[in-house]
Amino acid sequence: MSYLTRDQLLARIRAEVPELSPREVHERMKQDPSLTVIDIREREEWLEGHLPGARHISRSFLELQIELVQPDRKAPIVLYCAGGTRSLLAAHNLRELGYENVISMRGGFSGWVNADLPFKVPRFLRDDQRERYARHLILPELGEDGQIRLLDARVLIVGAGGLGSPAALYLAAAGVGTLGIVDYDNVDRTNLQRQILHGESTVGVPKVESAIQRLKDLNPDVEVIGYRQPLTSANAFDILRGYDVVLNGSDNFPTRYLVNDACHLLGIPLVDASIFMFEGQVTVYQPADPARAIEGGPCYRCLYPDPPPPGEVPSCAEAGVLGVLPGIIGSIQAVEAIKLITGIGRPLVGRLLMYDALDQSFRTLNVRRDPACPLCGEHPTITELIDYEQFCGVATLPTPTAAIRMPLPVAAAR
Amino acid sequence: MSTVFIPTTLRRLTGNQSRLSIEGATVGEILTALDRTYPGFAERLFDGNGQVKRFINIFVNDEEIRTLQGLATAVGPNDTISIVPAMAGGA
Repeated sequence: MSYLTRDQLLARIRAEVPELSPREVHERMKQDPSLTVIDIREREEWLEGHLPGARHISRSFLELQIELVQPDRKAPIVLYCAGGTRSLLAAHNLRELGYENVISMRGGFSGWVNADLPFKVPRFLRDDQRERYARHLILPELGEDGQIRLLDARVLIVGAGGLGSPAALYLAAAGVGTLGIVDYDNVDRTNLQRQILHGESTVGVPKVESAIQRLKDLNPDVEVIGYRQPLTSANAFDILRGYDVVLNGSDNFPTRYLVNDACHLLGIPLVDASIFMFEGQVTVYQPADPARAIEGGPCYRCLYPDPPPPGEVPSCAEAGVLGVLPGIIGSIQAVEAIKLITGIGRPLVGRLLMYDALDQSFRTLNVRRDPACPLCGEHPTITELIDYEQFCGVATLPTPTAAIRMPLPVAAAR
Repeated sequence: MSTVFIPTTLRRLTGNQSRLSIEGATVGEILTALDRTYPGFAERLFDGNGQVKRFINIFVNDEEIRTLQGLATAVGPNDTISIVPAMAGGA
């Protein structure tokens, strides 16, 4: 039986697979930023540094995973390894799968580094994190990059109640690195029918303390910062600044207008939701950000320019709420936050999602930016935070008693 | 007949019915007819000038009527009208 030596095999493959030098690959990547470049080395090699913009599929998984990265058999694909030999063999394998335009980078990553071209040392997950987030990591839309984005993200949740509970639990479980929680209240037994962050053992305990205990147990990766105070015009900027996304789970109109205005003025996307009896609404208010090519959408004031007069819309405390309802709506808020952080999917910007538990129906309505909006319109008149109790015709917001005030913020150790 | 979705906050006016079939050529006609059958709607929906209150949105299918022709927006038999008021509940 005839056989090939290693060098004969490589010579034969070289005759069929085009090679480019690192400089030529660098030029092609500059001309075509969407060029598929795949690092086929082992994970340990990739972690020590790789081409910026490259994807990693170790050679042993290449044929199994290439279609997730590039299904188009005609698209150019550049493969590289450490020295340029393994990538030749790998290119041969891809040609057998029908990829017509596979290029091997001559000299591999060593050649790239020797040519003084820029490379990137990736952030990577610890082994325990790879285990914890395994079901995220195998989702092509998220993967390790998406998980790292979640771990680097900061999300503020206003209200550790019905909506805030499921949102905080799912965001903590998802590995959102920093969760801020604003709530001045203590856990009450009437909360437990729906506020699943808390339990019998934390009745009477400040909600932020109860939340920190539960969330740290769920995922010690997450830093939880509790703000045990009402959100006001005086402290809103200080609390919200630096967060990537805000989730609104508050229970009154003054706070809703306050959070909307503060988020808009700080340029933070707001995942807003409200619930009543068996019905919920969710939407995303995304401020325009030309620097990041974000067009933006309407804000709360575009949708509801004026608040209802006090007493015209009953509260959940007066009318009741199905305990599961905030579980569904708060979970949808968590989905939207994850989408905003990782940039996947189509967020609920400019769309109001309505849920009716009795009808078991979801409907989506279009909401548009109001050019005359006093906050986000063409000639804004609201350029700083105002007195929201006065705006809503409310005498005063409920304020915490001196007994439950404490130094802030309350941070849990990582 | 157009279908009108009644929000939870106003269902006590309709004996807890969440969707109704109502005859009318425009949004204004339908909401007026709604008030005739279920008195109390006009007061809840309109301000002193007969305009829709600013914390309530009325949609024809997926679009809010302020972006259409307001209360004069024409409505066909297969259209749905949604009344969507602001809600504050979250806790």
